Amino acid sequence: MRLALFVSGIGIAGLGACSAAMAQSTEITVATVNNPDMVTMQSMMSAFNEAHPDIKVNWVTLPENELRQKVTTDIASGAGQYDVVTVSNYETPIWAQNDWLKPMDDLPEDYAVDDLLTPVKDGLSVDGTLYALPFYAESSVTYYRKDLFEKAGIEMPEKPTWDQIKEYAAKIHSPSDGVYGVCLRGLPGWGQNMALFDTMVNSFGGRWFDMDWQPQLTSDEWKNAANAYVELLNNYGPPGVTSNGFTESETLFANGQCGMWVDSTVAASYVSDPETSKVAENVGFAQAPYQTTEKGSNWLFTWALAVPQSSQHQDAAETFVEWATSQDYIQAVADEKGWLSVPPGTRQSTYASDDYVKAAPFAPLVEQAISSASPNDPSAQEVPYTGVQFVTIPQFQAIGTRVGQLMAAMLSGQQSVEEALQQGQTFTERMMKQTGAPQ
Amino acid sequence: MNSSRFANTAFGVLAWIVALLIFFPILWLLLTAFKTEQQAFTVTPTFWFTPTIESFKTALAQGSGYWHYAWNSALTAVASTVIGLALAVPAAYAMAFYPNKRTDFLLVWMVSTKFIPAVGVLIPIFLVYKTVGLLDHALGLTLLFTAMNLPIIVWMVYSYFRDIPKDIVEAADIDGASIMQTLFKVVLPLALPGLASTGLLALILAWNESFWSITMTDHRAATLAVYIASFKSAEGLFWAKMSAASVLAIAPIIVLGWFTQRQMVRGLTFGAVK
Repeated sequence: MRLALFVSGIGIAGLGACSAAMAQSTEITVATVNNPDMVTMQSMMSAFNEAHPDIKVNWVTLPENELRQKVTTDIASGAGQYDVVTVSNYETPIWAQNDWLKPMDDLPEDYAVDDLLTPVKDGLSVDGTLYALPFYAESSVTYYRKDLFEKAGIEMPEKPTWDQIKEYAAKIHSPSDGVYGVCLRGLPGWGQNMALFDTMVNSFGGRWFDMDWQPQLTSDEWKNAANAYVELLNNYGPPGVTSNGFTESETLFANGQCGMWVDSTVAASYVSDPETSKVAENVGFAQAPYQTTEKGSNWLFTWALAVPQSSQHQDAAETFVEWATSQDYIQAVADEKGWLSVPPGTRQSTYASDDYVKAAPFAPLVEQAISSASPNDPSAQEVPYTGVQFVTIPQFQAIGTRVGQLMAAMLSGQQSVEEALQQGQTFTERMMKQTGAPQ
Repeated sequence: MNSSRFANTAFGVLAWIVALLIFFPILWLLLTAFKTEQQAFTVTPTFWFTPTIESFKTALAQGSGYWHYAWNSALTAVASTVIGLALAVPAAYAMAFYPNKRTDFLLVWMVSTKFIPAVGVLIPIFLVYKTVGLLDHALGLTLLFTAMNLPIIVWMVYSYFRDIPKDIVEAADIDGASIMQTLFKVVLPLALPGLASTGLLALILAWNESFWSITMTDHRAATLAVYIASFKSAEGLFWAKMSAASVLAIAPIIVLGWFTQRQMVRGLTFGAVK
């Protein structure tokens, strides 16, 4: 027994010694995701430490869904583990209204808040007050193969319609040569296939809810969009499309296996870099497709940095957030890693830089896509919500994920379009009834 | 004779097939770790390529660096195993040699706590840990691992003790040995192979645990599970880096398992053949 006590004593003493690590300077914990721009941020820390030697930054990097869950638990329970959290324009307005985020209303003059792109700034604001600062932003565009289009004798308009996409896909689809007409996301998830599909619904004139928060999934607009989506992918898409998310589609396109691809603007540098893309020489860019309306036809997604109210080191945290989203940071990344590595989509000054436009010829198109995104007016019909490829209500994650699964079932032929939409409608109605519509 | 030789060969081949099936994911992990990100992601998988250690270099430097997480994993796994054994040995000793009418119920009840999915008790434990300041703390994680493994440790140690003839314990009693002396000088030496394999199993379970590690720690007490999770990304390619990180994370425990496999097998089959 004495031995047992002695042995466990050693264990506990060892633990105590470990926890005795002390901090002289302020230590802040930054929770983030592992996207390439965040990896770049972590590698820029020597620049930050030079300017702020008294702030030590610890990183917590997690996959997006785990991060969202952990940060939500942490903030909702007031645990205060994180001083800076990576949030998107989906949760920022919701969390700001819960009073979870520190308002960013005393930004210094040299932060140049007016330099931020307007739709990006709006998506992170509630009643004109910013609650998170944008780190990078993306919209959606159409990538296509100029060589294949030339061979088929067709020309891509600046902003095609979904009908045209289908017409072109039919002409260049050639599975025997390993080329599929069009690649689109099929992987279920509210941030995967639903991001794309929501823009299709919008451009077919549809909406998620009417002004009384009644779901509209069985409307003609939804049916038309769903039929177009299924027809495109089943006739002219790659095999096994329900396991293709952003990364998988990007790899397919870069390998020369897609004639067209509608997806995020962040892929622009990857597919035009000869080191990573076999089709770098032949990539063409157009705006995201529309159908009956241009409203809500391209999405807007922002990764931003915010300071939770529960943080114990709010000042140091804010200093870090301002640094990582500043013009100086963008310049520092450009100097150290080249202009193609700067976080895109946040500031007018980035797009006004000749160096950037020279390094990234697609820059004007990206800026146009982001600036034309209309999160506050996403549908041709009147809606009670904001958000292009999502609805900024807490229930949406569950709804979007479920409907995304139904879309995948529809693609794989397990369900008809009507059945899938009816089930989605029922699920959404039940969800809204259980949780109550927003006031 | 012939038919039994045929059966032997057939079982041998079957064993090899099963072993290869189990080993293949680890082999593939190893191969992927030495590829470039592009090679790791190609649609048609490649077996032949020029290996690169680029992913290992990146992986070692990610976050707070590999050693920070490895230290936390080792600390919490070893400490929870030691505490677990220290608590389980006296409990199992009492239940094996001095059972009463509630012993069976107690054993079943202990293992029944394992039926609850971990996420079911997440929120209460999170709130308690928040209040007492054990979030992101090695001690907090050690206690969780101990509690998680304790039922299994008690059960295993109990079954090893049961295989020791009661006569030996009675003989020690008659010779005037105290309970402590009987435990340390008679019972424990006899059950040592079993204790060793129990300890190893607890160590492996704690080392590989990811749910609690990811939810209850952030940076200070983060283990290798958190380290591996940090490589997943919705954008960009990460398979080669993640494979390299996984190889680094499982290497210590595989090496340990390799060196102790004789004891492991002996302990796990201890008392199986009477």
